[in-house]
Amino acid sequence: MTKSNLQKVLESGAFAVTGELGPPKSGQRDVIEQHASHLKGYVDSVNITDCQTAIVRTSSIATGRILLDMGIEPNIQMTVRDRNRIAIQADVLGAAALGIKNILCLQGDHATLGNEPKAKNVNDLDSMNLISALKKMRDEQEFIGGDKMDAPIDIYIGAVANPFADPFEYRPYRLAKKIAAGADFIQTQVIFDMERFERYMERVRELGLHKKVHIIAGITPLKSVGAARYMQNNVAGMLVPDHIIDRMRKAKDKKAEGVNIAVEMIEHLKTIEGVAGVHIMAVAWEEIVPEIVTRAGLYPRPKFD
Amino acid sequence: MIVADRKPLAEILKNIEPYKKVLILGCGECVTVCMTGGDKEARETALALSIARKKANNPVEVKSHTVERQCEPEYLESARHLVEEADVVVSLACGVGIQNMNQYYADKRTLPGVNTTFMGMPVEQGVWTENCLGCGNCVLDETMGICPIARCSKSMLNGPCGGSQNGKCEVSKDTECAWHLIVERMMKFNKLEALQEVKEPKDWSTSHHGGPRKMIREDVRL
Repeated sequence: MTKSNLQKVLESGAFAVTGELGPPKSGQRDVIEQHASHLKGYVDSVNITDCQTAIVRTSSIATGRILLDMGIEPNIQMTVRDRNRIAIQADVLGAAALGIKNILCLQGDHATLGNEPKAKNVNDLDSMNLISALKKMRDEQEFIGGDKMDAPIDIYIGAVANPFADPFEYRPYRLAKKIAAGADFIQTQVIFDMERFERYMERVRELGLHKKVHIIAGITPLKSVGAARYMQNNVAGMLVPDHIIDRMRKAKDKKAEGVNIAVEMIEHLKTIEGVAGVHIMAVAWEEIVPEIVTRAGLYPRPKFD
Repeated sequence: MIVADRKPLAEILKNIEPYKKVLILGCGECVTVCMTGGDKEARETALALSIARKKANNPVEVKSHTVERQCEPEYLESARHLVEEADVVVSLACGVGIQNMNQYYADKRTLPGVNTTFMGMPVEQGVWTENCLGCGNCVLDETMGICPIARCSKSMLNGPCGGSQNGKCEVSKDTECAWHLIVERMMKFNKLEALQEVKEPKDWSTSHHGGPRKMIREDVRL
């Protein structure tokens, strides 16, 4: 089996760095290339969102192939919102055929929150079922329904965790369930409330989960006070504490302060036992990623032959 | 019960525009209890339609009547003379009753006067919630009596998703997160370990996704 770069980094014990790209609301390859170019060499893998917040965009798999052409490793996000198990498994095979190795399993924001609020929400599988399905396809060469695949596929299975959603006490158990279902690595929701994340990780360590899966902590550099408020109020399952909003408000150069906060958070995350890397979500601000990665002491990135 | 919401008057008016004699047919079951299509609402709707048509200089004769149960053929016969003298019937029953009328009185059109919304129950005066999707494969034994198929916006079997905050669903702050309720109830009964089992993908073939359903009970057939 050929391993993805992300898998090699995580298994080497190096602190991983992943980036994120939101495909455009157009079919412009050059726009994708332009945004992705900022990330090249500074991250180990780039998440490609799958119509995030239920907004129609270029498909994640197609975008992933464009990144591969640029020499950037993609991590394809796949939600269960828009496709049933037939379409999902077909897309997994298609992604594998295109050379994509990392697949991140998500439920997906509800369609009523996006730009096609009248759409039918599919949810044939749930995110947990998707993890199990990928594991079954990879390890047993078998589809959900039991039919055998003709040949094995190489995929590295990711899942997400939101330490800031409720019920808080249950979240570490849900993480355990995702590991049991087959997740190889976890990317968390954006962290602003470090105190709550610390408490979450403490429980994760008590349950020994950090030894069973690679946990990559989510970070977003803030651009403005408005962005912080927007996330607090409008992004499902996101907590932005007042002290962060205050700090942004008092800052003269908002963007610089946003970057300072992100770098400080990464420095802090590096010290937390069980955090295997950082996922920097600077969607539509990809050009800031090299500065954050460099200032956080995470450049250059490990290379493998 | 089956919950329904009366269609906007303008829509009903548009649908009955070509007709001169209209029968508004209420139902004495679920739509009476949810105060949408019982005898009272049938009378009110008839009156409102006749006033509106009079104002529009297109007077109409509107009668109203209510049968005990529109979803079963044997209850429809009592309305025969009224149905036959009308040009069209507007049913305030759920979609089952409306179809039953069209089938039983096949020579007459029965139009919908309501939008059938869901299977649910009243939670306070004037408020009803959806509780069951009729998926044909009940999991309430595994979820502490709270249905994740009907009450989770994403019908998850392994919830809650990351959009659950303060016990509310990401879809609306007015909607309770079913999985939050399930987890709380599991904790109350010391059954949290039951949630650690990864539930297999749901078999949707027993639901509408398997095609329109029919139940045949050989033991009670004549």
